[in-house]
Formats: sequence, C-alpha cells, structure tokens
Amino acid sequence: MSSAFQIVVCGSLVPDPLQTLEPVTGPTGPALKNEMMLPAVLDPWASHALYEAANLAKKAPGSKVWLVSLGPKAKLQQVMMTVAQKAPFELVALDGPASGFTDAFETAAALADAISAIPGLDKSKLLVFGGWESASRGAGVTMQVIGERLGIVDQFQGVDELTPNPDGSFQVLERIEGGRHQISRCAGAPAVLGWATGNLPEPKNNPQVGMVNMRTVMPALQKAKPVKVGAEGVTYASVTLPKQQRETRLVKDASPDDIAREIVEWIRQ
Amino acid sequence: METIFCLLHTDTDGSLPKAALETLGAAKSLNAALAGSTLVVGLVGVDVQSAANRVASCGAKKFVGAAGADFAQARYATDAAAAEALCRSVLATVVIAPATSRWSRVLPGVAQRFNGRADTHVTGLAVSGSAVAINRWYYRQRMEAQMSRTQRPWFLLVDPGSQPAWQGEAGVAAVEAVAVNLPEACQRTTVTGLREPAADAQTIRPDANLLFVTGAGWTKKQADGQTHVPEAEKLIRDFLNLTRASLGSSKSLVDLGGEGQAVLAFLTHLNQIGQTGSTPRHPKGLSTCCHGEEPHTVGWRFISERRAISLDPNCGWARGKADVLYVADAFAVMKRVNELLAQKAG
Repeated sequence: MSSAFQIVVCGSLVPDPLQTLEPVTGPTGPALKNEMMLPAVLDPWASHALYEAANLAKKAPGSKVWLVSLGPKAKLQQVMMTVAQKAPFELVALDGPASGFTDAFETAAALADAISAIPGLDKSKLLVFGGWESASRGAGVTMQVIGERLGIVDQFQGVDELTPNPDGSFQVLERIEGGRHQISRCAGAPAVLGWATGNLPEPKNNPQVGMVNMRTVMPALQKAKPVKVGAEGVTYASVTLPKQQRETRLVKDASPDDIAREIVEWIRQ
Repeated sequence: METIFCLLHTDTDGSLPKAALETLGAAKSLNAALAGSTLVVGLVGVDVQSAANRVASCGAKKFVGAAGADFAQARYATDAAAAEALCRSVLATVVIAPATSRWSRVLPGVAQRFNGRADTHVTGLAVSGSAVAINRWYYRQRMEAQMSRTQRPWFLLVDPGSQPAWQGEAGVAAVEAVAVNLPEACQRTTVTGLREPAADAQTIRPDANLLFVTGAGWTKKQADGQTHVPEAEKLIRDFLNLTRASLGSSKSLVDLGGEGQAVLAFLTHLNQIGQTGSTPRHPKGLSTCCHGEEPHTVGWRFISERRAISLDPNCGWARGKADVLYVADAFAVMKRVNELLAQKAG
C-alpha cells in the first residue's frame, strides 16, 4: 500500500467572528442582516483541517491537497486571497449560498458530487477532511453525510491528531467527553476526518505559495459550478438573538482583599 | 403518527450515561405531548440488559437491542450498522439520541442511509400544532431558532445538560434482540485506547459547579515589567485544587504556545472555550485576565452566573456579558482568594 494520500478538504465561508450578527427574514427563509457585506473568513475548524492536510501531504511524498469550497463566488474570491497564502492546494469552487440556515444534507450532496467529479481521484488514497462543525450551522453533520454518499465507513470526528504509518495505516486521536481522546488505528484510506483544532499553529502567509495557488484558484473560481442549496422541508418558526443582556455591576477601586472575600462567598453559595 | 425512538448506548461498564437519561426524559415528554405517538427504546452495547432494566419503567412500548463484543468500541462502521438495524426494526420516524461523542460521530451518517435528516445540539423539544419542533442554536450560539421538518426519519441529537434526567424505578425489561450485519469492512478501524491526563492533572470537569477561565493576561508582562508564568500556574492550580472547578481558557492563551511564547503548561486546545472551543454548561463562571470579546464569550452561552476579573473597565465583560466585573489585578485577587479558601478548608 502506498503511503501517498489524496486529501480533499471541505471548507466554506463564515462571517468574521468579530462581526455582530443579526438574523433577518429573507425571501427564502432566515438570513443574516447585510450578509453579503459582512467580511468573511474560511471556517475556523475547516482551516485547521486545511493546515493539517498540508502538513500530512508534506510528510507523505506524492500526496496532493484539494480544497472544495461552497460559497458565493465573489466572497470565495475575497477569502481565497488570504487562504491561498497559507498552504498549497488546488481549489474546487462551487457557487452557492454559505448560510448557516441551509440544510447540511443539501450542502453535503453538493460537496460529495464535486469530490466525485475531481479528475483522477483515486478512492483508495482518499482522505476527506473538514471541520467537525462549521461556525455557521454548527451541526457536525455534513462530513458524515459526505462520507456516506462516497461509501466511506471509516469516519472520525473531533480529530486532533493523525499519525501516518509506513504501511498506509494511520492512528487517529478523536475528542471524547471529559477532556479525553479516543485512540484508533485505521487500516488506511479511504476515510473521513472532521477536525477539531489539531496541533498546528496557523501558518504565516507565504506569498510564494500564494502565487502558485492563484494559478489554479482564479480559473477554478471562473468555472465555479452554480449549485442550488437550500433547506427543503424545513420550517423556521423563529430565529432570535438571546434576550439576556446582563446589567453588569462594575466593581472599581475595591481592595483585592474585599474582592476576594466577595468571590469566595459567591463560590460557596 | 410518530414512532419516537429513543436510541441509547451503554458506557463501557454497561451503565447508561447521564446524557442518556436526560434524552429519555425528553423523549418521554414528547411522547406525552404528541397525540398518537409511540415510544420505543433502543440500546447498543456489549450487554444491554442491565441498561434496559434501569429504564424498564419508562413507559416504552418496546425495547430493542443490538448487543455483542463488536459494540464495545465506539467505532463508526459498527455503531452505524447497529443504529441502522435498530431504526429499521422499529420503523422509527423520530429518533432521539444523546449528543455524546459516540452518537454524534455516527447518527448523521445513519440518517443519510434512510434519506432522512439529522439535527444536532438540540436544546428543546416541543409540539407545535401537531408537529414536532426543536430549538437549536446557530452561528456558535449567537442566535436561537425554533424549527420543524417534514422529512422522516428525523434524527435529533440532544445536548447533554439541556434536559432534566428521567427518574424512575428500575425493573425487568424484555429486550428484543436485533441482528446486525457486520461485513469485514466494518473492522478496518480498531479502537486501541484512550489518552487522558492523570486523575490529579485532569482540569476539564464537566460536572463542576464552577468554570474558571484563564485569559492571555496571565502570561503577559505585569506592572513590574516582567512575566510571572510560574506564579500564575501555581495560583491557578491551587485554585482548581481548592474548588474542583473546571478549567477553560481563551483561544489567545492556547495559541501562544504555537507562537513560541510562554504558556501555562497544563493548558491544551481541549480547555479552549468559545468560537473554536467548547460551550460547556456550568452554573457559575469566573473569568480572569481575559478581555471577553465575542469569539470567546459565545462559549459562555450556557453559563448562568458570570463574574470576571480584568484590569480593563471597558472590556467585553463590562458590556452586558458578565454580572459582575472586578477591575483589579487577578494575581493579587486570586492569591487572596486561595488564602481564604484554604482557611475555610482547613
């Protein structure tokens, strides 16, 4: 068994986490106020998946990384300007909504079809990466459905570490309850891995990587296939912001001793 | 007419996790509210009889089980096969399961096998008109939706801690065994063990009364122009030992390690709270040396009482995110807090 992998990372766009979000009712259901104006980033957990994919590809010679991304084409282009400088990949772009209110199953169907259509993809070497949840829908559903649609039954979620072995097998650490990891050994590709944060820092921007990536990113964006993704069968009765706004009591100019006494009393209540 | 199928798995010792009893409570309430519905309980594990006996009096019309050594491991292929077989055997239309790591890994994929749908992080179940409706959060707990679906079967993963646990007498349940077809391909993955900190080093305590969050300020230069990381570590460790609180951190503090800066040795990404971390449930939370910006505080959505210590009176906590903000030096305050706690413990 070869130790080279073909790694397909699924990652979409989400609003920059520092933005204030407000739900509104759009023509097709719930949406975000000024959604198209909000600055976007690559989904954080999917970003970790991309960095881990690039790192694995570097360690396993002959490997290749694709990034399959579904989002409005104009926003994808904007986000790729930054993402393309982080790690080498070939982009497969799908032009469609990246809203958290679209259905995970419809998104997964579009992504699985796009993966299946990648020319020359060898399923015996295929690792499908992504974030274990998005920062938009936050469901933790899409990756499993992609796996099922591709016929892959070795699946792992909340992954923090993948260690390849020379025979093509690999060890996986998945997050489980109580701050623990479950350790598994998988015989090899194909497999689906939904990543948590992993262990790698965010790579620094590398303009050289960016230039190489952009040769394929721009053509991929130009030929991005429009896909229809919605939420068929779903009725949203309401989408609301949490009502609880606390009346913060500001304690200034109190001594550490007084503050400590108050905190201890509160803890012991 | 809905068949509400409460799908549970056992722990390694054959017992039911707390989240299973919470889910059963939610399923039972839904069954009571939804006219004409039927409640069935399904169990997966090495041996499911004692778990079934534990919930024998829950009022389920039937108990079905997939049992055997193949289900000792939390492994996608075998768990999915078991869940699929059980759901088929009872013609489930609404499947309610606890959002444990084991079921969260598997059930969305099982829904796909039925051309059904799955919704996760469910925090509320109700009947709206004559239909099942759920509550769940979007955009990392920034907004809450109530929604319903027409597709069946509909798999619902209920967030642990969001529902009261079912309470009832144990008894003797008649469990109908369901055969599960496990081809060789199901054995390609083997669970080889668990990695966990030593008992005295485990700082993540989901059942703790208090969440104690450390921010990046603990490792920054203090008033004397120096960092005091060993002192910070001792203050935090002492506090955790005295209170048995669960330790969380902001992303910035965890990420400092990747940037080669000083970090608190016992913190990992598993401690991280917020946008790319966890959203734990504790009655109280105390934040220290953290600015309380939105990407972090979204992880505090389910912390009831919140207090913070920060040198910045204009930090995020002051803007309605904490009940009390102490504008003070956390080193000085926590040193005194530990002394007081130690006195009371002594």
